[in-house]
Amino acid sequence: MAVRVKLPTILRKHAGGEAQVEAEGTTVREVLVDLEARYPGITRNVLTDDGGLHRFINVYLNDEDVRYLGSLETAVRDGDTVSILPAVAGG
Amino acid sequence: MSAPFTEEQVQRYARHIILPYIGGAGQRKLLEASVLCIGAGGLGSPVAMYLAAAGVGRLGILDFDRVDLTNLQRQIIHGTKDVGRPKVESAVDRLRDLNPTIEIVPYDTLLTSENAFEILEPWDVIVDGTDNFPVRYLVNDATQMLGKPLVYGSIYQFEGQATVFMPGPETPCYRCLFPQPPPPGTVPSCAEGGVFGVLPGIIGSIQATEAIKLITGVGEPLVGRLLLFDALSMEFTTVKLRWDADCPVCGKEPSITQLIDYERFCGVPARPDPEV
Repeated sequence: MAVRVKLPTILRKHAGGEAQVEAEGTTVREVLVDLEARYPGITRNVLTDDGGLHRFINVYLNDEDVRYLGSLETAVRDGDTVSILPAVAGG
Repeated sequence: MSAPFTEEQVQRYARHIILPYIGGAGQRKLLEASVLCIGAGGLGSPVAMYLAAAGVGRLGILDFDRVDLTNLQRQIIHGTKDVGRPKVESAVDRLRDLNPTIEIVPYDTLLTSENAFEILEPWDVIVDGTDNFPVRYLVNDATQMLGKPLVYGSIYQFEGQATVFMPGPETPCYRCLFPQPPPPGTVPSCAEGGVFGVLPGIIGSIQATEAIKLITGVGEPLVGRLLLFDALSMEFTTVKLRWDADCPVCGKEPSITQLIDYERFCGVPARPDPEV
């Protein structure tokens, strides 16, 4: 499944400055693993060492937080959008 | 019965008074409302200025910092003549010029776990325009515990987020959105990472809009939805923001029932002496 991944500013440096990129997978986890393969280092602050999601970064499948779906095992479909959203504090 | 509008108020607020949905009744609510703006920086500038202009009857502004030349690229409440002055003093001057008919309450202080309840308690609506995680978690927890609506906004480089956290059961708070702060050093500050000057103007204006909507009861508040803005792609997107039944502050069985040490929670060293 090809999905669109929207990147926050803080991760774009790993992807040549692109705001959104393509990745493939059948679950959110597979999409993130594929993303890491394409852009090494990009998920270092997204996934924990044991493969979970950090609590200061949210991942959305379309407009839904994956924590309220099936977490990283949530199935994705062709054309879905996965967005990575870090906590930011600037004001 | 409320006092009728003065002749000056009729003129000053004419464009609201004739506006559908706001009208005289909405303007009356604004005049009788009180809003505390935490921070007189990038977000706080448009928040405080639009709320003062709109005639919010009591407007509080809290900041402990002084105006720096590097602030003026985005903190439009301050001017070049104000460099070196306490931000609240500079902000109060600008707000009094904008609208001398409202009450403005300055707090030239840091918000801490010790003073938060006392400072936040008198206000109807709290607007979060701070620039760091410890105070954001503190403001969230204190407003949840006090039962006050919190208008949240946050920015980084070219991107912003905004939402409204309501008190009460089964509505999300900041901890439902981000249960944990990022480890220190992983998210650069504006000073380290830079910030697009117009960005806080956009997000702060959205916060002022939501504060006015909460006060007047007009429209659909930005509750249960997180608004995301990207200045580079000029895209606004909205994602769902859900209440977390396991939230330590607003969940079914809260484990945090009083204010904590937020610097320790966020893993930052004790606050530096502002004079250093």
